[in-house]
Amino acid sequence: MTAMVKQIATEPLLSVRDLHVDFGLDEGLVRAVDGVSFDVMPGRVLGIVGESGCGKSVTMRAILQLVDEPGRITRGEIVYRRDAGDGLGSAGVDLTKLPRHGAAMRAIRGAEIALIPQEPMAAFSPVHTVGAQIVEAIRLHHRQWRPEGGGLSVNDARDIVVDLFRDVGISMPEQRVDAYSWQLSGGLRQRAMIAMALSCKPRLLVADEPTTAIDVTTQAQVLALLRELQRKHGTAIIFITHDLGVIAQMANDVVVMYLGRVVEQGPVDGIFHAAKHPYTRALLRSIPSISGATRVALPTISGTLPHPFNRPGGCPYHPRCDEKIGTVCASHVPHLTQLGNGQAASCFLHQDASETA
Amino acid sequence: MTAVLQPGATPGPDTHAAAVEDRVSVASNWTLVWWRFRKHKLAMISLGLLLALYTLVLCPDFFSTQHPETTEARQAFIPVQGLHIFDGWSIDPWVPAIVGKRNAETLRMEWRTDAEKKVRVGFFMPGPAYKFLGLIPSTLHLIGPRDASQRIFLLGSDRLGRDQWSRIMHGTQTSMTIGLVAVTLSVILGIVLGGISGYFGGWIDQFIQRLIELLQSVPTIPVWLALSAALPRDWTPIQVFFAITVILSLIGWTTLAREVRGHFLALREEDFVLAAELAGCSRARIIMRHMVPTFLSHIIATSSLAIPAMIINETSLSFLGLGIRPPAISWGVLLQEAQNIQTLALAPWLLIPGLLVIVAVLAFNLVGDGLRDASDPYSK
Amino acid sequence: MARFILHRLMLLPVLMLIFSVMIFAIIQAPPGDFLTSYAATLASSGSSVSMEQLDALRQQYGLDQPIPVQYYRWVMNLLRGDLGLSLEYQRPNIDLISEQLGLTLALAVFSFVLTWAIAIPAGIYSATHQRSWLDYVLTVFNYVGVATPNFMLALVLMWVAFSYFGIGVTGLFSADMAHLPWSFAKFVDLLKHIWLPSFVLAIAGTARLTRVMRANLLDELNKPYVTTARAKGLSEWQVVLRYPARLAFNPLVSTIGWYLPQLFSGSLIVATVMNLPNIGPLLLRALVNQDMYLAGAILLIYCFLTILGTLLSDILLALLDPRIRMGN
Repeated sequence: MTAMVKQIATEPLLSVRDLHVDFGLDEGLVRAVDGVSFDVMPGRVLGIVGESGCGKSVTMRAILQLVDEPGRITRGEIVYRRDAGDGLGSAGVDLTKLPRHGAAMRAIRGAEIALIPQEPMAAFSPVHTVGAQIVEAIRLHHRQWRPEGGGLSVNDARDIVVDLFRDVGISMPEQRVDAYSWQLSGGLRQRAMIAMALSCKPRLLVADEPTTAIDVTTQAQVLALLRELQRKHGTAIIFITHDLGVIAQMANDVVVMYLGRVVEQGPVDGIFHAAKHPYTRALLRSIPSISGATRVALPTISGTLPHPFNRPGGCPYHPRCDEKIGTVCASHVPHLTQLGNGQAASCFLHQDASETA
Repeated sequence: MTAVLQPGATPGPDTHAAAVEDRVSVASNWTLVWWRFRKHKLAMISLGLLLALYTLVLCPDFFSTQHPETTEARQAFIPVQGLHIFDGWSIDPWVPAIVGKRNAETLRMEWRTDAEKKVRVGFFMPGPAYKFLGLIPSTLHLIGPRDASQRIFLLGSDRLGRDQWSRIMHGTQTSMTIGLVAVTLSVILGIVLGGISGYFGGWIDQFIQRLIELLQSVPTIPVWLALSAALPRDWTPIQVFFAITVILSLIGWTTLAREVRGHFLALREEDFVLAAELAGCSRARIIMRHMVPTFLSHIIATSSLAIPAMIINETSLSFLGLGIRPPAISWGVLLQEAQNIQTLALAPWLLIPGLLVIVAVLAFNLVGDGLRDASDPYSK
Repeated sequence: MARFILHRLMLLPVLMLIFSVMIFAIIQAPPGDFLTSYAATLASSGSSVSMEQLDALRQQYGLDQPIPVQYYRWVMNLLRGDLGLSLEYQRPNIDLISEQLGLTLALAVFSFVLTWAIAIPAGIYSATHQRSWLDYVLTVFNYVGVATPNFMLALVLMWVAFSYFGIGVTGLFSADMAHLPWSFAKFVDLLKHIWLPSFVLAIAGTARLTRVMRANLLDELNKPYVTTARAKGLSEWQVVLRYPARLAFNPLVSTIGWYLPQLFSGSLIVATVMNLPNIGPLLLRALVNQDMYLAGAILLIYCFLTILGTLLSDILLALLDPRIRMGN
């Protein structure tokens, strides 16, 4: 249980490169994810932040190959390196090439990459006990617990679940195993969900706004728990949220998304203290501050998120941007440009600067 | 320190351009429902079909070629004659003549159509007298033989030599009306009782709910049969018609009442109802102006889905001889003629009214489904 | 759970009492009684009965008593297990009914099994293969199936079998088997005949059930717990069958209580058309001839079966759905 992963990893655990996910609706094509690239390093937490509809959840689903119809991954690759972090270097497997419902993909789901879904209320089936649903996962990926093979009996798996429940701080785990999800409080349900996600010792956890649906106090407890578990097991986490406060608490690295594109990425300190993209800066400005002046209107981002069918040409953010440069922003699409210190932004304010520098 | 992004605009409805968006935002609820309904092709076709059937209902005599009760034993079991509009290349409607020969062994007339001999027919021909809409005397018929002494049987004749085409026209009138009237009665009962139940709650809600449960656990067809059998034999067709309608709607209202109650229960908690109460609206106004319009289109969809059940039930009752009784004509009464398997082997066209039942029920179901989808404000 | 069943069981006699009043009111309602129609029948065939004879008969059957008294006697006899005497057949009603009841139930149960065995897989297939050609075929079948009155289907099948294959498909037994006592051969003969009327009877229910199952499953397939199950690494069919199909199925179980009475009702018409041994045609004849105690007994049996069906479906639902079992 305390397998420590070396923190000096050279290769990313997961590399997403130029990912495109399209939804062919009757009304037209929606490019939900439009050329997204980022790396997840072993044992580190990557935060993905953006408004609702920016494609962060679709990206997460694409990693697990769980994009709902009619969505399709049309371009790009998602390379998963099963043995990244052991310092030996290895070839990864491109998840987009695996058949969606095939055995290879299913062996990765749950066992290698696990999911903590958004709504713990609806994420458990209401007619099966919470324990039974976790036991099912453990028995399915029994090699994660018994590498020598031979399978796990229901009772063995149940004991594992009780231990897991204890680990995630559920009191009276023996009784709670046999409870139905609707008999648990929101916080307990989310803890049970975390237990399920960890049940097969995954290398990577994908947490899709795991604290949105629960109250603030419980939210803080769940975040603390996730941080603790992350340190203990060295699991890498992709943490998706629209809450910059949560990002500041959880993430090592941050990816900021807008309309299916990455607008800025870098280490959490760089993003919070030296944001390069006007959108990131606008986001940071709209955080209410305890020390700030009272009775002053909180700055908001002007304009509204464009409808997915009429995306603006050029830089997708330019209609709402208060730092746009003449006609360049409306006519040309900026690229993600490295700006030093591992930080990168896709904005013409910096594209020139980086080229001249 | 918790910062939540400014929510921005969630993706709106399926509007392509701003112009469309403007049009949508000022359209009334009914216009929206109609726009969505128009997209269902099958439902639109079915709606056309139903309108056509209800045109027949308005004046079956105009569409018949003969009086539905004219019997002629020597013209029993004449097969379908089939209307031909073109003769060669010119528009000159005709039907093939019928030639009969008596079978020496069975002593039965055996008919066949002879396309060589053509019976000329015309549109808007004079024929048996009737009253248009029951008021205006007329002799005009949509189709009729040019030679008034000829009888034509577009859909064949039954064992008494009555013209099935004309009888179907009259049967359509009864069957389509009974479905509509019975459902209207159910809707009134359902909305009133369901509304009382849902709006007031308390013991009256309990009472109505128990009543609904009781009625829903009644085995429908046997009880309908028993009730129909209890109707006095000497009642006029009109009395029987209304009695059957009432019997059919007696049990049909329960589903609707449940739905209406459900809507009321949900709406009672809504903020806009509270707002209306705070604004000092009267109870009646809140119900009629604020609550009912929000689910009316849904109720209409549900009731249009209830009509086909009524039609099938009427047909079944009449088929068993306990619904509409001759001399009144309904689809079920017509199908009684097809009860005997030997008769059926001899004259399979007697099943045609059944085809009409299927078509009408299909059309109602498709329209109802289309309406239900269109009236769902959350549908795409 | 036990309390729940006990509660429902206690309700049963209350419901039966209410139904008995309703039924008695209905069978009493036609003007005149069996003897008036009996006299009319005799008169039309040329013979006649004197008023004195009729009055004597009336007294014998208790038809001269006030209606509440008649009802009281009827119910008291029912409680003793005495369903009364058929006025028309001059035989105990219980004999007439028990001759047919077994086969009536057999037909209904057989149709019921047929319906579910076809509808649930078809509904699951349709929902998981939305917009495939088989989904379209099933959808068309569903619409037509619901729109076809079952007596119409019976007529068409009988006509086709008679005109094109020269066989009669009426009855539940071959002509030479019908009067033999029960044996294995007779049972096989029953199986050979029962599937067609069962099919006729099941078709509308199958169509409706397939549609509901498809719609329910489509709703459930979008729920987050399905994503959770997929994210576990379960295969697609494991995901569908263990989770959404199970949840889509539960509401259907509660419709059993409503579907069984439909089957009994439907079998009445189909049995009449196809000339099957069934209490349906017996009821029809009793109603027409005002054989009131026979009609009343059969109606009560229909009601009893209906209540029983509702009770069974409620218990089944509670067993399947913990949310209901635990009173949430």
